[in-house]
Amino acid sequence: MGQSHSQTQVHAHDVSKEVRRYLIIFGALLIGTVITVLASYVNFGSPRMNIIVALIIASVKAFLVAGYFMHLLSERKMIYAMLVATVFFVIGLMYLTVWSMEPSSLIHIKR
Amino acid sequence: MDIPYTTHEREDTGLYNAKLGIWLFLASEVMLFGALFSAYILLRVGAEPGTWPHGLLNVPLGTINTLVLICSSVTVVMAWASLKMNQFNKFRIYQGITVLCALIFLVIKTFEYQDKFLHYEVIKNDGTIVDGHLVKKSADSITLHVSHGTHGKEKHDHKVQPVSGTNAAEASASPAAADHHEEVTVMMSDVKKMGNYGPKHNTYMAIYFTLTGLHGLHVIGGALVIAYLWLPGAKMWKTDPERFTNRIEVSGLFWHFVDLVWIFLFPVLYLL
Amino acid sequence: MQHSTTDTHHAGAHHDAHHHEELGFWRKYIFSTDHKVIGIQYALTSLVFLFIGFTLIALMRYQLAYPGQPIPIVGGLLDSLFKGMASGGVMSGDLYNAFGAMHGTIMVFLAIVPLAFAAFGNYVVPLQIGAPDMCFPRINMASYWVFFLGGVIMLVSFFIPGGPAQAGWTSYSPLAVIIPTDGQTYWLIGMVFLITSSLLGAVNFLATIIQLRAPGMTWMRLPFFVWAQFVTGFILLLAFPPLEAAGIMQLMDKVFGTSFFMPTGLMISGNPADISGGGSPLLWQHLFWFLGHPEVYVLILPAMGIVCEILCNNIRKPIWGYKSLVYSALAVGFISFIVWAHHMYLTGMGTAISTFFQTTTMIISIPSVIILTVFFISLWGGSMRFNTPMLFVLAFLPMFGIGGLTGLPLGFNFVDLHLHDTYYVIAHFHYVVAPGTIFALFGGIYYWYPKVTGRFMSESLGKIHFVTSFIFMNLIFQPMFAQGMAGMLRRMSDGGANYSVAQNPGVAGALSESVLYSNVLVSIAAWCLGLAQIPFIYNFLTSWKFGKKVTSDNPWQATTLEWQTPTPPPHGNFTTTPAVYRGPYEYSVPGAATDFSPQNEPLKTQKA
Repeated sequence: MGQSHSQTQVHAHDVSKEVRRYLIIFGALLIGTVITVLASYVNFGSPRMNIIVALIIASVKAFLVAGYFMHLLSERKMIYAMLVATVFFVIGLMYLTVWSMEPSSLIHIKR
Repeated sequence: MDIPYTTHEREDTGLYNAKLGIWLFLASEVMLFGALFSAYILLRVGAEPGTWPHGLLNVPLGTINTLVLICSSVTVVMAWASLKMNQFNKFRIYQGITVLCALIFLVIKTFEYQDKFLHYEVIKNDGTIVDGHLVKKSADSITLHVSHGTHGKEKHDHKVQPVSGTNAAEASASPAAADHHEEVTVMMSDVKKMGNYGPKHNTYMAIYFTLTGLHGLHVIGGALVIAYLWLPGAKMWKTDPERFTNRIEVSGLFWHFVDLVWIFLFPVLYLL
Repeated sequence: MQHSTTDTHHAGAHHDAHHHEELGFWRKYIFSTDHKVIGIQYALTSLVFLFIGFTLIALMRYQLAYPGQPIPIVGGLLDSLFKGMASGGVMSGDLYNAFGAMHGTIMVFLAIVPLAFAAFGNYVVPLQIGAPDMCFPRINMASYWVFFLGGVIMLVSFFIPGGPAQAGWTSYSPLAVIIPTDGQTYWLIGMVFLITSSLLGAVNFLATIIQLRAPGMTWMRLPFFVWAQFVTGFILLLAFPPLEAAGIMQLMDKVFGTSFFMPTGLMISGNPADISGGGSPLLWQHLFWFLGHPEVYVLILPAMGIVCEILCNNIRKPIWGYKSLVYSALAVGFISFIVWAHHMYLTGMGTAISTFFQTTTMIISIPSVIILTVFFISLWGGSMRFNTPMLFVLAFLPMFGIGGLTGLPLGFNFVDLHLHDTYYVIAHFHYVVAPGTIFALFGGIYYWYPKVTGRFMSESLGKIHFVTSFIFMNLIFQPMFAQGMAGMLRRMSDGGANYSVAQNPGVAGALSESVLYSNVLVSIAAWCLGLAQIPFIYNFLTSWKFGKKVTSDNPWQATTLEWQTPTPPPHGNFTTTPAVYRGPYEYSVPGAATDFSPQNEPLKTQKA
C-alpha cells in the first residue's frame, strides 16, 4: 500500500494546532463537570427547570466531545445527515412515548 | 481485487470505510441508549409523586468517574494526534493512560455495585424497617450495620412502612439523628420480606443497574480493543502506519461515545 | 491531497503480488468472508427456517379446524417431544400458544428478513454496484454466524421443560415474564443475537453502498433493488436498538426480578407478585412496536426491489418513474419510524396522540401506493415475457395491493376498535408478506439461480409451483377477512368454538357456523399449499446438478451489473473495476443493436 508522505506532513502541521485545542476543550469539560455537580444543589424554581438546566449543561459537554474530539465539526454532510435523522428518531421515540403515557393524555372515564 | 477506501478516503464522501462504519454503528448505539433513557423518563414520570429515590448513589465517586472518563477521552484523541505527527512513543503513553483510566472507572464502578449488593433492607413482621450494610447472614438471622444520617438527601420509596412505637432502637432513624453506628440483628422468623439494593429493589435501581451495566459492558469492550491496539495490535504501525492510525481514530470514536453516554448518565442518575 | 478512484487500479496492479493462496474447504465454504458464499449460507438457512415456520402453522391449523382432536400421523411424536403439552396427540392450548409465538418469530426474524435482506442483499448488492465484496467481509461472516447461533438458541428453546416462549411473537409483558418457562429467556437471548446480527449486517450494507459504488455508478443510476436495500439497512440500523434495549429490560425482569414492565399491584393466580412494581406494560409495547412497525417495511422493501428488477427485465422497457420510486422508498423508510402506535390504538392513549399516529399512518400509505402504481404503469406498452420469475412478480402486484389496501381500515383508530386483534389483521399482514413478499422472493430465486449455479430451474415445475401457490394462498387468507369482520379473534386455540353460536345461543355477535367452517377450508388450503411447495423444493435442490445449462453469462439479457460477470462470479467479482455509463434499466434504447444496454456498456459517442 502506498504511503503518501506529503499527506502525512500536511496533516502533522494541522494536527499540532489541534492539540492545543484538545487541551482547551479538556479544561472546558473539567469545568463543565464541576458546574454540573454544583448546579445540582441549586433549585432553579421547579423540578422541570432543574432537569432542563442539567440537560443543557450535559448537552454542551456532549457537543464539545462530539464536535472536537470526534471531529464532527469538520466532517462532511454524509455523517451529519445520518446523525440528524438519528437524533430526530430518538427524540421522537422519547417524546411520543411519554406523550402517549402521561396521565393527562389517557382517556378520561367520566363517573 | 482489494477493497478500495480501506485506508484512503473516497473523494465524494470524504470518508474511509471504517470511519463510516463506526459512525453508522454509533448511530445505532444512540438509539439503544436513547431507548433506555426513554424508559428512565417514563418510569420516573409514571412514579407516584415524591416516591422517586434520591441520594442512593455516591456523588463524589460518580464525579471522579466522570473526570476519569473525560481524561481518557483526551488521552485517546492525543494518542491519535501523536500518530498523525509520527510520534509513536507518545502514542504508546497516551494509549496506555487511556487503558488505565478505563480500569480505574471499572474498579470504582465495581465498588459502587458491591456497595449496593451489600446494602440490605429488612422489613419485619411488625412493620419496622432495618436498613443497613450486611455484616453477616445465616439461616436463622441477619446482622446489618445500620448507620444513620449518612445518606444525605435520602428519601425512601413508597414501600416504606410507618415505624411502630416499640422498637425505636432498631427502626431507621430520622435524618435529624446524629451520625450513629450500630449493629442490629434480626431473626429470620421476624422477617416479613428482605432484599438488597440490587436491581429488584425498585425501578430506580433497576434502571440504574441496567443503564450503568450496559454502559459498563461498553467500557469493557472499548477498553479491550484499545488495549489490543496499545500492545499486540501496534505491530501494524510498522507495516501499514496509515491504516493503523485509522484504527486508532475509529476505536477512539467509539471511546468518545462511551464518554458521551456517561456525560448524560451521571447527572440523570446521580444528581437529578 | 485526496486519492482519487485510481486507488482501485493501484490495488489491481498489486493483485498478482499478493495472490491469495487457495483456501481450504472450511475457509472457502463454511467460514468464508466472500459475500456470495455468505449470501448462499443465509439463503439456505432461512429457507430451512421458512420450512420449520410453515410446519408449525400447519400443525396449528389442525387444531383450528378440528379442536380437541388428536393430530394424525404426528400426534404421537408431538406427545413425546413436548411432554405434557400434547397428551394423546391433542395440541394443548399452551402448545398452540408456543407454536404460534414461534411461528411468528421464526417467520419474521429467521426466515423472511434473512432471506430478503441478508441473502439476496449479500449476493446481489455488491455485484450490482460493481464492488469486489462488501465493505467489511469479516464482519459479514460474523453476522451470519451470530444469526446462526440465534437460530440455534430459538430451536433449542422448543425442547426445554416448559417449552418455548408462549406470549406471541410480540412477547407482551407481564404475561411473557410470568409464564413459568425458561423458554422466554431463551427467546430473549436469541433475539439479542439476531438483533446483533442484523445491526452488523446493516452497517455493512450501508457502508458498502455508500463507499464501494464503481466509478460512474451515481446514486441515481443505482438499480432500485440497491436503493431498497439501502433504506432497509437504515431502518434496521435505527429501529432495532430500542427492541434490543427492551429485550434487555425484559430479560432483567425475568432473570433478576426487576419491574421495568411489571405494574404495581400485579396479582398472579390470586397472589400478589413478588416484585417492586412501578413498571409499565405499555413501555414494552412502545419499544416493541417502535421496531415492529419499521420491521414490516424491512419485510416489503427488498421484495419491491426484486420486483423492479424482474419487471423491467421482462417488459423490456425502463421503469416508468424511477425517481418517484426512489423518493417514495426514502419517504417510506423515514415515515415508518413515526407510525408505530397504530398497533396500540386499544391501549387507552388519548385522542390527540391517537390522531397523530392515525395521520402519519395515512400519510405513509401514499408513498407505498406510489411505488405500486409505478410498477403498474410501467407494464403499459411493455413487451412481456411470461417466465416463472415474471409470473410471481405479476401476481405480487395485485396481492400486495390487496394487502396494502386492507391495511387502511386498520389505520383508522375508530375502525380498528372493531378489527384489532381479529383474523382481519392476520389476513391483512399475511397478504402483504405471503403472496406479497414471499412471491417476490420466489421470483428472485428463480431469477438469480442461473447466475449463482449456471443452470436454470425447471420452467414447468416453476409454473406448477406458481399456479398452485397462488390459488392456495388466496384460499387461505381471503376467508380470514370475513372471519375477522365477523369478530373472530386471534390466538384462540379452539378456532373460536368457545364463541360460536352453538355454544352461545341467542348471544349477539357469536360466531356463525360458516365462520367456523371456514377454519376447515382454510386448513385444507394450508396443507395443500404445503404440498404445492414440493415441486419447488425438488426443483431448487436438483436443478443445481441437472437443470438446463445457461448458454451465456446473461441468460435473461439484463442490464444490471451482476449479469455482466462470469457465471458464477469469481472471488473479487470483476476482473477489472467496471465503469458505469448508463442508468439501470436501459431496455429497448432506440437505435441500439440489442433490446438491452448493460450499465457498463459505453455510450456510442464514447470509446470503451
